[in-house]
Amino acid sequence: MSQFAINLLFVGASFVLYIGIAIWSRAGSTKDFYVAGGGVHPVTNGMATAADWMSAASFISMAGLISSGGYANSTFLMGWTGGFVILAMLLAPYLRKFGKFTVPDFIGDRFYSRTARVIAVVCLIVASVTYVIGQMTGAGVAFSRFLEVSSTAGIWIAAAIVFLYAVFGGMKGITYTQVAQYIVLIVAYTIPAVFIAMQLTGNPIPMFGLFSTHSESGVPLLEKLDDVVNALGFQDYTADVDNKLNMVLFTLSLMIGTAGLPHVIIRFFTVPKVADARWSAGWALVFIALLYLTAPAVASMARLNLMTTVYPEMAGQVENYDAAADNALQYEDRPGWFRTWEETGLINFEDKNGDGRIQTYNDSNADFADTAQQRGWEGNELTVNNDILVLANPEIANLPPWVIGLIAAGGIAAALSTAAGLLLAISSAISHDLIKNTINPRITEKGEMLAARISMAGAILVATYLGLNPPGFAVQTVALAFGIAGASLFPVLMMGIFSTRMNSAGAVCGMLAGLLSTLLYIFTYLGWLFIPGTNMLANTPENWLFGISPLSFGAVGAIINFAVAFAVSRVTKAPPQEIQDLVQSVRYPKGAGVAHNH
Amino acid sequence: MADEKTNAEAYWKANVRLITGCLIVWALVSYGGAILFRPLLSSIPIGGTDLGFWFAQQGSILTFVALIFFYGWRMNKIDKKFGLEE
Repeated sequence: MSQFAINLLFVGASFVLYIGIAIWSRAGSTKDFYVAGGGVHPVTNGMATAADWMSAASFISMAGLISSGGYANSTFLMGWTGGFVILAMLLAPYLRKFGKFTVPDFIGDRFYSRTARVIAVVCLIVASVTYVIGQMTGAGVAFSRFLEVSSTAGIWIAAAIVFLYAVFGGMKGITYTQVAQYIVLIVAYTIPAVFIAMQLTGNPIPMFGLFSTHSESGVPLLEKLDDVVNALGFQDYTADVDNKLNMVLFTLSLMIGTAGLPHVIIRFFTVPKVADARWSAGWALVFIALLYLTAPAVASMARLNLMTTVYPEMAGQVENYDAAADNALQYEDRPGWFRTWEETGLINFEDKNGDGRIQTYNDSNADFADTAQQRGWEGNELTVNNDILVLANPEIANLPPWVIGLIAAGGIAAALSTAAGLLLAISSAISHDLIKNTINPRITEKGEMLAARISMAGAILVATYLGLNPPGFAVQTVALAFGIAGASLFPVLMMGIFSTRMNSAGAVCGMLAGLLSTLLYIFTYLGWLFIPGTNMLANTPENWLFGISPLSFGAVGAIINFAVAFAVSRVTKAPPQEIQDLVQSVRYPKGAGVAHNH
Repeated sequence: MADEKTNAEAYWKANVRLITGCLIVWALVSYGGAILFRPLLSSIPIGGTDLGFWFAQQGSILTFVALIFFYGWRMNKIDKKFGLEE
């Protein structure tokens, strides 16, 4: 069987499974549609939350980022898991007790304000739409590579699949589909990692292999990796970071962004009891950790594998790295995976010094320029897109074709499950918060479901359009999504629970201050609405305020939000008694009941 | 009624105290061990690198998982103690 046929088989079989589950668990009522009937077991819900949370960014991009950045990019590992700790302690149980369907529901009721509700809806839609674009392009890349179609066709296939199971299944369909997707994606991620850890260290558990001895050279894996990248002019893989403030703030931004992203929060409305919301967050993190503990091992092992493919003599015990660097791989002898990825344009080779060999090194390191010149190198000749690392990993390690088919199915599962969860959050914000609670309160249940399905279809079309015409700033849009969720939604949700004194004026001013300051800072460096050339300052570390990168500003925005909300609420009227009673009631688990409609 | 109110207040205080404790540990392993205090831990070797690196890529995640389950377990006890469980 050809690799193409195997990919088709794996991806096709997984689709039949997802759509079958969606049809089997069709949503019958608005409650089913939004919260899966409120009867999902914490472990099941944890697994679905994990699939919901782990997107194409976690599955495809994260290991690549760590691989290129080393220790400095550990921020993604800590940020995207640490958020669940604050979610479990500061938000999830109380929002479950509150017992409504959506995040704007809570903000609107708690702050007894239509303005607050509408601002929350806007923040939610902007954060979710920017995030969903990345999922559509991610799924498009995976489809086009493995099904050998154009990336445009890949995005349309992804849109059609998401449409089928999200629109007909609602939350109920999505929950059980996501459980299946979690299993597919974790198996797909782990199996190649186990094989590679075995090959490199003899230890089958990747998270232990990372700190074991590299079999071929006999030195610890990370030390070996440091030596190899060092010999090529890169800084040590494990090197410490100078700008600690920025690293702390970036991690914090990712954490509070995680806790404030609405599609993750609504998952906790679907468990039967308040205590289950706590367990559910714990189980979600267990299932997420299975991938996140493996990712750093994949990252370092893939980097070492890639480097020793290019410089085969660096793999074993090396006396003299200069000599080993001379015998770089002949371009003609490049392996099969190199050729297939070259066709996609994601690996590029340019023979700058015309010696027919592939030289890859850090040509922007001034201290290394002399060494490079002595070796006869005239610039880095190999560019490898970070995003292909996980997808190409099994091929680099010569694993059997079925593992590659599995990776294809896993990457697509990761992108689709997150896209579906985000689209559900968007559609419920429009149909429930905007139409039912703001514009037309007398809409029937049937009408509301129809509105939810239409808005979901609309959201899919917008996301597909933007996926086909990507604005070309993937990292920035993700930063925007996290910045908005962290700087606007998270602080008011938290204050709504932990401060009885917080009133509507405080919340509205806080949300606006957090949102606008974050947008202002991001746009100053990245251009107004990301339009190139409209930025007021160049996006370089010297220009950043106190060395804080625009990607890390969400945490500062959140602090501004807290400060403004606190100050404004002290000088304005305390919230009415029934609101203070509401805050008291969400704090105690007793009498939660199932999530209900108004 | 007054008793119920003091009981509820004591419950909330116990919860906030527990959360504070957990979040101190949360911050110590991630912002502390993995980032700010990494230079201080550099003398403790682990598998070819130092303890701070391990905290950044493994230890903090493992601690996060343990913290959530610890919190869930303690809160169940506190719920029962104050008679506020479902």
